[in-house]
Amino acid sequence: MKDQVEIPVRTRLAMFVRLLAIQGAWNYETLLGNGIGFCVEPALRLLPGGQEGPAYRAALARQSQYFNAHPYMASVAVGALARAELDGEAPARIDRFRTALCGPLGSVGDQLVWAAWLPACSLAALAAFGFGVGTGGVIFVFLGIYNAGHIALRAWGLSAGLDHGMRVASALGGPVLRRGPRHLAQAAALIGGIALPLALDQVIGPGRALFGIVLGAVALGGFVLARLHGRAEGWKIAIGLLALFVLYSVVR
Amino acid sequence: MTDFVQLLPLAVLGAVLGLDVVSFPQAMISRPLVAATAAATLLGDPARGLLVGATLEMFALETLPFGASRYPEWGSAAVVGGGLFAMHGDGSPGALTIAVLAGLVCAWIGGWSMVQLRKLNARFARARHDAVASGSKRVVEGLQVFGLTADLVRGGALTAIILALFTPMQTWVLGAWGSDPRVSRAVVVGVAASVAGGAVWKVVHAAPAARWLLLGGIGVGLALLAAQ
Repeated sequence: MKDQVEIPVRTRLAMFVRLLAIQGAWNYETLLGNGIGFCVEPALRLLPGGQEGPAYRAALARQSQYFNAHPYMASVAVGALARAELDGEAPARIDRFRTALCGPLGSVGDQLVWAAWLPACSLAALAAFGFGVGTGGVIFVFLGIYNAGHIALRAWGLSAGLDHGMRVASALGGPVLRRGPRHLAQAAALIGGIALPLALDQVIGPGRALFGIVLGAVALGGFVLARLHGRAEGWKIAIGLLALFVLYSVVR
Repeated sequence: MTDFVQLLPLAVLGAVLGLDVVSFPQAMISRPLVAATAAATLLGDPARGLLVGATLEMFALETLPFGASRYPEWGSAAVVGGGLFAMHGDGSPGALTIAVLAGLVCAWIGGWSMVQLRKLNARFARARHDAVASGSKRVVEGLQVFGLTADLVRGGALTAIILALFTPMQTWVLGAWGSDPRVSRAVVVGVAASVAGGAVWKVVHAAPAARWLLLGGIGVGLALLAAQ
C-alpha cells in the first residue's frame, strides 16, 4: 500500500481559512467550482513537481470546474478531493467522484444547516431576547451557539475528507448528519413556540394594551401563511401591508 | 439632508455584513439580530438596534438560503433598519414601522443585487475560462478576489443608497404620522410575528411531533407572560 502524503498543519490551516471564502466567486455557471479549486490549492503544492508543475496545474484545472454543494459541507469535498489528488488517483476516477459528491453534500447541508441549525439558533436568540436578556447576551447566544456548530462542521468536514479521501461516504453516514435535522427541527418547534409570544411582548411596547388582539391576528396570519406554504412569501406580503399602513398613517 | 458622517460608517458596516451573507465568512453576523444591533451601536443606541433587529429577525426566519435560489439579503437590510431606527431616538410612533419597511425593501433589492453579482461573476469567469482550464493559480485566486471585492462594494453601495433615500423620507413621514402609537407598534409587530409563525411551521412541520412541541411551546410562552 502506498504511503499517504503527510499534509502539514500550516497547509490544513490555509485550506480551512480559504473555506470561509469558498463562495467568493459563486456564479450561475460554475457555481462553487472556482471556490473548490481555491480551497484545494494549498494542498496541491505538495504534488510532485511542486507549485506550477504539470501535476499541480492539471489538478487545479480539474478542481476549478463546476461544483455544487452546501458551503459548509463543501469542506468534506475539499478535503477528500485534495487527498485523492495527493494519492495520485486517476483523473477520470476523481472526476466521477467529484460529480458524485455534489448531490449528498448539497442536500445534507441544506437540511442540517439552513433548515434546522440556523432557525433553531435564531429562535434561541429570540427566546433570550423575549426573556429580557441584554443586548450583548442575545448576540452572544446567537453567534456563540451558531458558530460553535458552524466552525465545528467545517473543521470536521475538512478533516474527514483528508482522512478518508475517496472513501469519505462512510463519514457521511454518521448519526449527526442522518438524525440531526429531525431532532433540531423538534427543538426549534419547542423553542419557537416559547420564543414567539415572549419576543412579541418585548417588541410591542406601547401596543401592549392591544396584546390580545395582536395575538389573535398573529395566529390567523401565521395559519394563512402556513397554508400558503410555497405559494407566497410572507416578507413580500409584509412590504405591501406596511406600505399601506404608512400611507394610511400619513394621509389620515 | 443625510449626514455624510453618519452614513459613511453605516455604509462600511453594510458592506462588511453584506459580504457575510454569502461570500465571507458566512458566520451569520449578517443576521438582523446582530446586524441591526451593530448599526444602532455605531449611532450610540444598541438597545433600539436589538428591538428592530428582533423584528426583522422574525421576517428572516422565513428565508432558507438554498443554493441558487433568490432570497432577500438581510445584512445590508438590517444595517438600514437599525440605523434608521437609532436615528430617531425620540420615540416617534411610526419610527419602527418605517425602519422595518426600509429594511424589507432593502432586503428585496439586496436579493436582486446578489443575482446581478452572480451574473457578473459568471461573465468574468467565462472570459478567463481558458486560463482556469490550464490550471492558472493567479486566475483562480483572482476570480475569488474579484467576487469578494464586488460583493463588498455591492453591500456598501446598497446600504448607502437606501439610507440616503429613506433618511429624508423618514423625517417627512414621521412629521406627518397620524396613527396612534399603540396601533402603530401593534401593526408592525403583528405582521412580523405572523410571518415568523408561518416560517416556524414551514421549518418544523415535517418533524415527528413538531405540531405538539410547537403548541406546547406556545402554551409555555403564554403561561410565562401571564405569570409576569
